Amino acid sequence: MTPATGLGPIQHIPRGAEGWPPELEHLELAPPELWLLGRPLPPPPRIAVVGARMATHGGLEIARRLAADLAAAGIPVVSGMALGIDGAAHLGALDVDGPTVAVLGCGIDIAYPAAHRHLRDRIAERGTVLTEYPPGTAPAPWRFPRRNRIIAALATAVVVVEASDRSGALSTARHAADLGREVLAVPGSVLSDRSSGANRLIRDGATPVFETADLTTVDAIADALQRARGRARLALPNAALPGNRRTLANAPTGHLPAQQRQLLAHIGPDPVHPDRLAAALHLTPAELSRDLADLELQGHIRTLPGGLVARDAAPWPAAHTPQPPPARAGG
Amino acid sequence: MFATALSCALQGLAGIPITVEADIAAGLPGFTIVGLTDRAIQEARERVRAAVRNAGFEFPTRRLTVNLAPAEVPKEGTSYDLAIALAILRCAGRSEIGLDSTAVLGELALDASLRPVTGVLPMARALRANGVRRLVVPLGNAAEAAMVDDLEVVAAPSLPAAVYHLDGSRPLPPAEPGGDDPYQADDDQVDLAGVRGHAHAKRALEIAAGGGHNLLMLGPPGSGKTMLARALAGLLPDLSTEESLEVSAIWSLRGALGERPPATLRPPFRAPHHSISRAGLVGGGSGFAQPGEISLASRGVLFLDELCEFPRPLLEALRQPLEERSITVGRARGSVTYPAAFTLVGAANPCPCGFLGDDTRRCHCSLTQLHRYQSRLSGPVRDRIDLTVQVPRQPYEVLFPDQPPEESSQPIRGRVAAARRRQIERNRALVHHQGTRRRRRPPSLPHGVGTGTARPPSHLNADLDGVLLLAAADPTPAAARLLSIAGDRLQLSARAFHRVLRVARTIADLDGEDRVGERALGEALRFRGETGR
Repeated sequence: MTPATGLGPIQHIPRGAEGWPPELEHLELAPPELWLLGRPLPPPPRIAVVGARMATHGGLEIARRLAADLAAAGIPVVSGMALGIDGAAHLGALDVDGPTVAVLGCGIDIAYPAAHRHLRDRIAERGTVLTEYPPGTAPAPWRFPRRNRIIAALATAVVVVEASDRSGALSTARHAADLGREVLAVPGSVLSDRSSGANRLIRDGATPVFETADLTTVDAIADALQRARGRARLALPNAALPGNRRTLANAPTGHLPAQQRQLLAHIGPDPVHPDRLAAALHLTPAELSRDLADLELQGHIRTLPGGLVARDAAPWPAAHTPQPPPARAGG
Repeated sequence: MFATALSCALQGLAGIPITVEADIAAGLPGFTIVGLTDRAIQEARERVRAAVRNAGFEFPTRRLTVNLAPAEVPKEGTSYDLAIALAILRCAGRSEIGLDSTAVLGELALDASLRPVTGVLPMARALRANGVRRLVVPLGNAAEAAMVDDLEVVAAPSLPAAVYHLDGSRPLPPAEPGGDDPYQADDDQVDLAGVRGHAHAKRALEIAAGGGHNLLMLGPPGSGKTMLARALAGLLPDLSTEESLEVSAIWSLRGALGERPPATLRPPFRAPHHSISRAGLVGGGSGFAQPGEISLASRGVLFLDELCEFPRPLLEALRQPLEERSITVGRARGSVTYPAAFTLVGAANPCPCGFLGDDTRRCHCSLTQLHRYQSRLSGPVRDRIDLTVQVPRQPYEVLFPDQPPEESSQPIRGRVAAARRRQIERNRALVHHQGTRRRRRPPSLPHGVGTGTARPPSHLNADLDGVLLLAAADPTPAAARLLSIAGDRLQLSARAFHRVLRVARTIADLDGEDRVGERALGEALRFRGETGR
C-alpha cells in the first residue's frame, strides 16, 4: 500500500533484503528500510557532490560540470536534491544522461523543495530517488543532517563544492570522514565566506579539486575517469595548468564580430555590471546592450540578479550541451 | 424680498453652477440655510452674520432663508460664504450690487476678510463653460482662476471690497494669470548633468520618457534610485496648456497649488510613502471622493519607493488606473472619475537586505525570504511595467571631479519630444486604419503573440498592445527571427514579449527608425527584467 506519485511504483526495501546497499551497514545507525523511486540503485563506486543552497553562479557551474564529467564516465552522482549545488550536481548528470541518485530528507512522495519538483521527476525517470523515511513524512530541519549520513555512506568519495562554515554539506563531509570515505573539496577565495567551509576542509586534509582529473586520486574511479578522458575532453578543466586549452577565455569565439570578441574578453566568470563594461570599452549603453543581448542569446554570457553579466559555458563539448538553460537551479 | 448670487459646487472635477437664493420674510429673527448642505455650510451662518456686521453692513433681523439651488445637488465646503453674504445684502436692500453673469467664491473670516478655498480652478472652468463672464475670488485664488480664458477674474481681499467692486463704487483691477514663470516648478527637478555614472539607468530613463513606459529600478539602498526617478520628470516634454490646466485643476481640488504654480508647464512629480492609505493613493474620503496621489501625478511621474513595502491591496488598486489612465471612485452619493495618466516609477531593493547581486557586499537573505519578497514584486503592477533596470551602487571613482561631464537633461528632452511626435503621428494613423485594413502577421513570430487584451486607444507606445503593437513595431525579418530565438532561449512569456516589443518600438523611435530592427530589439531585451537567482 503506497501512495501514487505518478512516477511509477515505489519500491520498499527492508534492511538486508534484495537491493539493500551493503554500504549502509557501515553506519552506526543504519536505517531499518529504504523507499526508492526510479531505477535500482547503481552499484559502487559512487561520488557525492554536495554544497551550499545559497551558491554562487560559479559554484553552480563547477558542480554541474563536475557531475557531468563523472556521469559521462558512468560514475553515479549522489546528492541531496536541495537547491543550489545539490540540484546543479543532479542536473549535470542528467545533462549527459548519466546515472544519478537523490537522497531525500522526507517521504518519497513529497516533492521538496517544491521548486525541484520537475527535477525530482526527471531523476525518478532516469536515475534513482531514495529515502529512509516512509511515504508521507514531511520535511523537517532535523531530518536533513540524518539524510546526510546516508549520502556519505552510499558514496565512495564526497566532493564539497561550495560551503560556508555553517553549511550542511560539512556534516556530509564529517560523516564521510568518520566512515573512512575520501573527502575532496573545491577551493574558493579566502576573502569570501562562501567557500570558507570548503577551504577549511582542505586545510584539514581534504584533497583539493581544481579539475575533474583530480578525482583520479580516488582509486575506485581512477580507471573509469582515465578511460572517459581518453574519449572526450573534460568539462571541468584546470585553467591554470599548462597544456590545458579548454578554458572560458579561449572558448570558440572566432565567428563573433570583433567588437563582441573584445567585449567577451572583458567578461569573466565573476559577474560584472554593464556600466563598468561601458566605461572600460567606451561604448554607449545602447551599443553595449545590443551586443550583450546578442551574446546572451548565443549562450556566451548569462544575466544574473542585479543586472550583472558573467561568462557562461555555451561552448561546451557537444555531449554536455544542456537543453533548457541551466539557470533557476535555485541556490 | 428676494435676491440671488451665483456660486459653484464640484463633483470631482465637474462643476455645477449653484444659485444662492436669499429671502427675507416677516417673522421672528432667524437664519436658515437649506439645499442639501454639509456641516461647513451650516456653520456659514455664524461666519456670514459676523462678517456682514464687522464689515459695517446691517444684518437683517427678520426671518431669513437661504436656499442653494439646485437643491438636489449635494454641496460641501466653505466656498459659498461670499455668495450667501452677497445674496443677503442684495436682499436687504443693496440692489446696486451687480451680479449679472457674475459668480463669486470664497470663505469669510469673522472680520469680513476673504480666505482662499480649494477647487477654484475647476469651478472657474465650469462656470465659464456655463456662460459666466466675471468671477470674484479671494486673493489667494486669483492666480489659478485667471488661468481660464475669456473670464474676467477679480481678486477681492474682503467682503466690503467685493461689495464696492460689484456696485461700481470702487472697482478692482482684473487679476493676472498666476505663476510668473511657467518653469518655476522646474527648480526641484533633478538634471541628469548632476548625476554621475548610472549610464544604463539613464538610458532606461530616456526610453521610459520616450514612450511613456512604466519603469522599475532595482538596486541596493543608497544607489540613487530616488534621484533618478526625479530626473525622469525632467525628461518628459512640456505639458500643453490644456494638460497643464487639467493637472492644475486636480491640484486645486487638493488645495496644493501652493506647491505647484498653476501655470507651470512642467509635469508633476509625486512620491508617496508606502504608509499611505488607499484613499490617499487612489482617491477617496467621505462625501465626494478627493483625488489621490495618482491623480496629482497625472501627466507626470508617480514614484513608489520601496515598492515591495506597499500593501498588496494598494498595488492591486493601481491596476485600473494603469490600464485606463483614469480612476473612478464610487461613493453612495455618486462616483467621480479623476485623470490618472501617470508614468509609474517603482524602486525596490533586489532582496530584503538589499545586497543581492551587489559585487561588494554579501546578501544575507534566506531563500524563503527571497522568494516571499520576489513574489510581492510580481502581479498586476509588474505586468504593466515595461522596463526594468538595475541600479548598482556607483564606484567611488565616478564621483571624482576629473570625470568627463555628463549629458544634461535638455538634449535628452529634445530627443524624447521628437520620438513622441513620431510615435503619436504613426500610432494615431494606425488606430484610425485599424478595422479597415488587415495587417499581415510577421511570419516567424511564435504563436500566442499579438493577442493582447483591448485597451483604450492612446498614442504613446506604452499603450500599444496586440495587433496594434505588431503593426506599429513592424519588425524587420531579422528582428522577428531574433525575437523568436529570444522567446525560446530566454523563455519569455507572451506578456514579456509584448513588453520587449513595446520598448523596442520606442528605442527605434528614438533612433528615428521606421521598423523595429535587430539593434532596437537587442537593447530592449536587456531591459526585460526577467532573471532568476
